[in-house]
Amino acid sequence: MADLPPAWAPYTALLGSRLHAQTAYRAGFVMDLFANVGIGLLEFVEIYVILTHTSTLGAMSASGALLVFALANIGFSLADLAVGHVDNLPTYLRAGTLDTFLLRPLPALAQLVTSDVALKRLGRTGVALIVLAVATPTAVAHWTPAKVVLLALTPVTGAAIFSALFVMAAAMQFWLVDGGELANSFTYGGSYAASYPASVLHLPLRVLFTFVVPAAFTAYLPALLLVEQPGPAGLPSWLGWLTPLVAVLAWGIALLVWRAGMRRYTGAGG
Amino acid sequence: MRPLPALAVAGFRRWSAYRMATVAGALTNSVFGLLRAAITVAAVGAAGGVIAGYSAREVATYSWLTQALMTVMVLGIWDELAVRVRTGDIAVDLARPVDLQLSWLAADLGRAAFVLLPRGLPPLAVGALTTGLALAPSAWSYLLGALSVLLGVVISFAIRFAVNLSAFWLMDVRGALTLHMVVSGVLSGFIVPVAWFPPWLGTLASATPFPSMLQTPVDVLSGRVTGAAAAQVVALQALWAVATLGVGRLVLARATRRLVVQGG
Repeated sequence: MADLPPAWAPYTALLGSRLHAQTAYRAGFVMDLFANVGIGLLEFVEIYVILTHTSTLGAMSASGALLVFALANIGFSLADLAVGHVDNLPTYLRAGTLDTFLLRPLPALAQLVTSDVALKRLGRTGVALIVLAVATPTAVAHWTPAKVVLLALTPVTGAAIFSALFVMAAAMQFWLVDGGELANSFTYGGSYAASYPASVLHLPLRVLFTFVVPAAFTAYLPALLLVEQPGPAGLPSWLGWLTPLVAVLAWGIALLVWRAGMRRYTGAGG
Repeated sequence: MRPLPALAVAGFRRWSAYRMATVAGALTNSVFGLLRAAITVAAVGAAGGVIAGYSAREVATYSWLTQALMTVMVLGIWDELAVRVRTGDIAVDLARPVDLQLSWLAADLGRAAFVLLPRGLPPLAVGALTTGLALAPSAWSYLLGALSVLLGVVISFAIRFAVNLSAFWLMDVRGALTLHMVVSGVLSGFIVPVAWFPPWLGTLASATPFPSMLQTPVDVLSGRVTGAAAAQVVALQALWAVATLGVGRLVLARATRRLVVQGG
């Protein structure tokens, strides 16, 4: 029996073509990269200006708050890079692109995710990495092996959680169609909420952006463990160790919602 | 002058067609308002109760007003005109017997008139219920505030118009549009109040029209500036509106000299 190409071959081919396409126009790509550095700076300005007026925020030191900001932004920008384009699902629905995906013998979501990869988002990751490099030495006093693992893992789990939010938000479009902006409350709103110590939020919002939209798990809760601080009411810092579990759970729910959405979807034919 | 009011009405009706999008947008503005208010109020609390003249209640009001006005002032990316330049449809627009800039301005004012209440009132209502609002006490402030919002839209449009026209020179305008979004987001006082800026950023902002686009209407409506001072900042807005529209016309004149239209 002849060897079949591996199951992931179509996806690597798709991704490879996208990567190639982006680097084909160098000047345009560099400009997009700089524009994303700008977006990273735009996010940074708010916390920077706030910290020029106060040395603590939400019971965290300035360096602790910057650590939260950096971790959240690294996680979100990586998720945006990998799956942010699922945001365009309403356009795909209207243009019939999704129908094309459905005709191919591969899962539609896997095709949608690998249909693009926005390398330009690395501009925002870069800004966040610099903030991380500046904040971490001051914020984290005692290093333990567990903390090293946690710090290395947090951008990955953060990216996984934000990716799951993107997929969930996209799946909601099957019902909302024109209400795409509502989904922004979960994705971009989640990213914004994640960039600050959740202790600044009132209890109901804190619970919403921890247990419903798991934004606090992407940065604040791991950061509490890194700086060895107890959490505010409702958010004990040990929750931070559950982050990988939350990431898996978020993806499980996202896939269920996506499947329900796909079942509901009927193409316009043509 | 008949076509311009007609275009404004068309702009209004075009946007009112998407009800679901409006509801979704208002909800999103409200969620962001809750987050912004919480963050800025926490900052004021940590700083000892006041930052640059803003108490907790005042900065919460600022957060709600900026959320209420962000859609009106289009603080995201707007590329409609740039797309028409790239596709060449701009040739059709230029052939019309109405002024290009004024006809787009009329349509944009119609758009702003539609989004003002459905996108503005829900965040303000949520704000009134959660943090409370510190609004201007006198009717005069609201009259002047209405004029200030109108001038803010004109400035916002005039800058977007000029930036979009860069499509005549650039292959890909995304970079320019994103840069505009970043600069206007910061300098207009949308991210944090202009009064909170460190001196170097404050000086930079005051040399640009951006604070007149958002910070000024918010200041007038919240009663941060009143009386003669309010009249003065609105007069400055009017100057910026004329100046930015003027720059837009200059750019348009240069662009149309470059433009080559083929066929017919």
